[in-house]
Amino acid sequence: MSNEYDVLIIGGGPAGLAAGLYAGRSMLKTKLFEKELIGGQASITDIIENYPGFPEGITGFELAEKMREQAQKFDVELDMNEVTSADLSGPLKKVTTPDGEYTAKAIIIASGVRPTKLDVPGAAALTGRGISYCATCDGPFFRDKRVMVIGGGNSAVEEAIYLTKFASKVTIVHRRDQLRAEKIVQDRAFKNEKVDFLLDSVLSGVSGENSVSAVTVKNVKTGEEKEVGVEGIFVFVGNIPNTELFTGALDMDEAGYVITDDALMASIPGVFAAGDVRKNNLKQVVWAAAEGALAAVSAEKFIETQE
Amino acid sequence: MGENVVEVSEQTWDAEIIGSDKPVLVDFWAQWCAPCRIVAPVIEELAGEFSEKIKFAKLNVDDSPRIAGQFQVMSIPTFILFEKGEAKRRFMGAMPKERFVDELSEWLG
Ligand SMILES: Cc1cc2nc3c(=O)[nH]c(=O)nc-3n(C[C@H](O)[C@H](O)[C@H](O)COP(=O)(O)OP(=O)(O)OC[C@H]3O[C@@H](n4cnc5c(N)ncnc54)[C@H](O)[C@@H]3O)c2cc1C
Repeated sequence: MSNEYDVLIIGGGPAGLAAGLYAGRSMLKTKLFEKELIGGQASITDIIENYPGFPEGITGFELAEKMREQAQKFDVELDMNEVTSADLSGPLKKVTTPDGEYTAKAIIIASGVRPTKLDVPGAAALTGRGISYCATCDGPFFRDKRVMVIGGGNSAVEEAIYLTKFASKVTIVHRRDQLRAEKIVQDRAFKNEKVDFLLDSVLSGVSGENSVSAVTVKNVKTGEEKEVGVEGIFVFVGNIPNTELFTGALDMDEAGYVITDDALMASIPGVFAAGDVRKNNLKQVVWAAAEGALAAVSAEKFIETQE
Repeated sequence: MGENVVEVSEQTWDAEIIGSDKPVLVDFWAQWCAPCRIVAPVIEELAGEFSEKIKFAKLNVDDSPRIAGQFQVMSIPTFILFEKGEAKRRFMGAMPKERFVDELSEWLG
């Protein structure tokens, strides 16, 4: 009996926490599973400047804590476990974790995305030994050292600027001749004396005995390769949606993002998707939170029609 | 912090880790690391449950940078299991309790 819920939420990032807040406040019996960090990607972001209501900006960690607190205020159960399988076929949806099995009338998938790993020779062995995917976690290890940031989007350029607090020099390596980040973010990078750029370039190799000591950078236009001595490599080269659990069960695009209708219902009734995991999402906290809210409202309507 | 996890430092490293007769899991952490703070209660819980088999310790990388450097710890949280002073297993990142139990199964069995 106690394992029966109205709504189960997979993922505790901004989308999942907002969905929890709305579902809990609507008096739906709600449980949220999170395998790693409450707050998801937002929890490891240094400062979030574009979430309304915080004119001074707010650290990702603090924002995540506030979102958690607000969801828990409305009795959402947080369960720090990984969902390892899901059976979405019947009218009652089933979810399994190492701790047990749970059922619900509706499911909200808010499992977000994870960073694409650096795929060059030498990289696997040096992850955590100079190769990092989280600047706020690992930046302070690179005081007065030279680091590289791979990627040209918002996360890459913002994190590069953050890393100048510690590193002596931060080189942004991007495969195109222009950055993709927003103008305001680009301008800050251009003005920062510690930041320089290797455009039209990709990493082709990483070397180091026990930790990173150098990389090979290849110019994609000329084919020319050169070695650069660096001790840290921060990688922001795109994302992979966390949807392997639902492969074959739900409609997805080629990259694995969940396809939904305007109410955020996926291809199986009673299954909703919100946030970065969904196709066409803007990949911002404000957007993820809004989708979480909508998914919860849609789930509530769906449950009413079933009763 | 709880009482089941021993704080170690450069000064106590040899006695607590190298000289330990039990295998020791060391949590390399820092105040500024959000995932470290999130995973700390999980380590407490493991320590409460498995302290017969494994000793649980934590090392602040800001206070003991030389030890962090010696083991090339450059991402935190990093966990290293030492047995008779030797690093036997290494893994990283915040994760649920069950995953720690998997990683440590060889020593918990
Ligand atoms: C470096 C960086 C900087 C950023 N800066 C900004 C910024 O300044 N402003 C802004 O608006 N946005 C920013 N973003 C983007 C923003 O963080 C994301 O858009 C937002 O976090 C998406 O929220 P989400 O809830 O959809 O997914 P996520 O944040 O990815 O959360 C998904 C959660 O689901 C969990 N999960 C996945 N699978 C399972 C499972 N099987 N069982 C249990 N749990 C599971 C994951 O562990 C994760 O915690 C940044 C992102 C990064 C990486």
